Amino acid sequence: MTQANPPGWRLDLRGREVVVSLTGDWIARETGLRNIAEVRQALESLDAVRLGFDASGLGRWDSALVVFLQSLRAEVARQVPPLGLDESALPEAARRLLALAGLAGGSESAETVPPPPSLATRVGRSAFNWWGGGVAVAALVGETVLRSVAAFGGRARTRAVDVMQLMREAGAGAVGIIAVVNGLVGAILAFVGAVQLRRFGAGIYVADLVGIAMVREMAAVMTAIVMAGRTGGAYAAHLATMQGNEEIDALQALGIPVHDFLVLPRVAALVAMMPLLYLYACAVGLFGGFVVSGATLDLTPAAFWGQIQTAIAGRQFAIGLVKSVAFGALVALVGCHVGLKAGRSAAAVGHAATTAVVAGIVGIIALDALFAVCADALGI
Amino acid sequence: MAGGAGPPPPLLDAKGLTLAFGPRVIQRDLTFSVRRGSVFAVMGGSGCGKSTVLRAMIGLLRPAAGTVAVDGEDYWGASSSRRAEIGRRFGVLFQNGALWSSMSVAENVALPLQIFTDLGAGDIDALVRLKLSLVGMEAAGKRMPSELSGGMRKRAGLARALALDPDILFFDEPSAGLDPVTSKRLDDLILELRDGLGATIVIVSHELPSLFATCDDGLFLDAETRTAIAHGSPRALRDGCGHPIVRSFMERTRHDHPGQGGSP
Ligand SMILES: Nc1ncnc2c1ncn2[C@@H]1O[C@H](COP(=O)(O)OP(=O)(O)O)[C@@H](O)[C@H]1O
Ligand SMILES: [Mg+2]
Repeated sequence: MTQANPPGWRLDLRGREVVVSLTGDWIARETGLRNIAEVRQALESLDAVRLGFDASGLGRWDSALVVFLQSLRAEVARQVPPLGLDESALPEAARRLLALAGLAGGSESAETVPPPPSLATRVGRSAFNWWGGGVAVAALVGETVLRSVAAFGGRARTRAVDVMQLMREAGAGAVGIIAVVNGLVGAILAFVGAVQLRRFGAGIYVADLVGIAMVREMAAVMTAIVMAGRTGGAYAAHLATMQGNEEIDALQALGIPVHDFLVLPRVAALVAMMPLLYLYACAVGLFGGFVVSGATLDLTPAAFWGQIQTAIAGRQFAIGLVKSVAFGALVALVGCHVGLKAGRSAAAVGHAATTAVVAGIVGIIALDALFAVCADALGI
Repeated sequence: MAGGAGPPPPLLDAKGLTLAFGPRVIQRDLTFSVRRGSVFAVMGGSGCGKSTVLRAMIGLLRPAAGTVAVDGEDYWGASSSRRAEIGRRFGVLFQNGALWSSMSVAENVALPLQIFTDLGAGDIDALVRLKLSLVGMEAAGKRMPSELSGGMRKRAGLARALALDPDILFFDEPSAGLDPVTSKRLDDLILELRDGLGATIVIVSHELPSLFATCDDGLFLDAETRTAIAHGSPRALRDGCGHPIVRSFMERTRHDHPGQGGSP
């Protein structure tokens, strides 16, 4: 492709007609768009009644020229008194495009109101806002990682706005169900522990049992399973739908890397959300255990929380956090992989969702077992 | 963009193209070329492999044999990054629009510009507004694809295909699934755009839309023999092709579109 000459324009007053002389190449991709503001100023200083064109110096052109001419048209119409406009000297093709763009065609009115969100989603969203600070930090970390990946690979096509949107979807909607699941798991652990430990007069150790089990294992695993069911399945279904709708083809035909554009934001969103959801799950689970042990044993709140503090070391949280990150990445990768491999029929979407959920859950349990073996080997 | 004189070299040149999914050959030994500035039709019944041929031209399916040259450059022989670069000269309208469903119409049109140009947000906005107004959709920029009718989805897909000012436009079944009035409007729009943009157009269709009346050249694929059974413009094939399959295809479509069967 030949080097583009910069696009230019000049206004000459010939009698009472302003002639806009267009020169150079007007190629949006190569030379950008020209601002109309200077033309407006120049027009105001001239005392003309008509506006004409001279396109003899015009090189290659595309939409960049049409956008310029379109705003020039609007400018001419705004002048008082309005200028006469003589476009006959413009290239025939440009006049056709201007005519086509000028048609106020097919204008069905735009605004439609989205349906109100469900109660659970609203609760989740308000909780999400409450976390605003934490999320902003997570988003920053996420973006930093993305930027550095981008800098490293030369050009990443991941958009931060996608990641934020996906984080909102993955986090806000899951808050309610994660509370229910982990609260109940904490309660069940406390109940089982209380029944057994009471026989030995060791009821206070229920706090240790609930604390270690939740923080080290259950909060991360249960949260990940919920995310596999909700978000992993949704990712698979979404990407499978995109596959059937040729949306993935449309990305590939443009040369937009599917991995950067679809997979990376989803992995980033879940990796950023999972630790937050994990900490929240820990809190709710411990609270569930506290309520049940208070009801079944005569433990005072101070005794329970005091015992918990001695039982759980920071190390336990570290293990849980690492797991939650790994599970988040696993769930997102499995969901995306299954979705991208799906067939193009409607049935394939349902099948992809089921496969992703099952594979996600099995993967989480297997990965957790692997963590247990490694932690044992490392003695932590 | 501005039309030049003289005999133009072919923009797309396919030689001995064979397309297959694994061991299953869909079409074999296709040789055709698309001249710059022309409208080229890929015809044939449903399932004969028209979309598959299209996919080989836009970089989505590597041919099992044969070559496609774009402006003399071997398209499939190029590295994948070079191929993507060549592909940016293409605009594709997929069968159902294939709009990215999680983005609004305006965002769909903006995305290629955001990714492949250094333009600022204001310039991109201006270009998006232009493309949407070219297809008569400027009022629907904020809508999501799911809120659009089939015809609007295709027009939005067309606006997106125009985003990077392509040299070649590919249309897969532009009128399929549309009522006759909407379909005619889309055809007229495509012709207007062709005249305005000076782009080369490749159309794939299993029916004979009004658009075919203006096609300069074409290829007729057959599912039975798995290769091209006729070359030439739809008009020439209708008037002068003796092949019974081609003949019945043309007769059928003439029957379906009585207004367009046309003058003898
Ligand atoms: N991804 C694919 N894998 C296997 N076979 C396919 C695939 N896509 C299309 N086919 C088969 O290729 C043949 C031609 O399909 P297609 O090109 O879509 O036909 P047309 O567009 O002419 O209706 C069909 O028989 C179809 O089943
Ligand atoms: Mg098809």
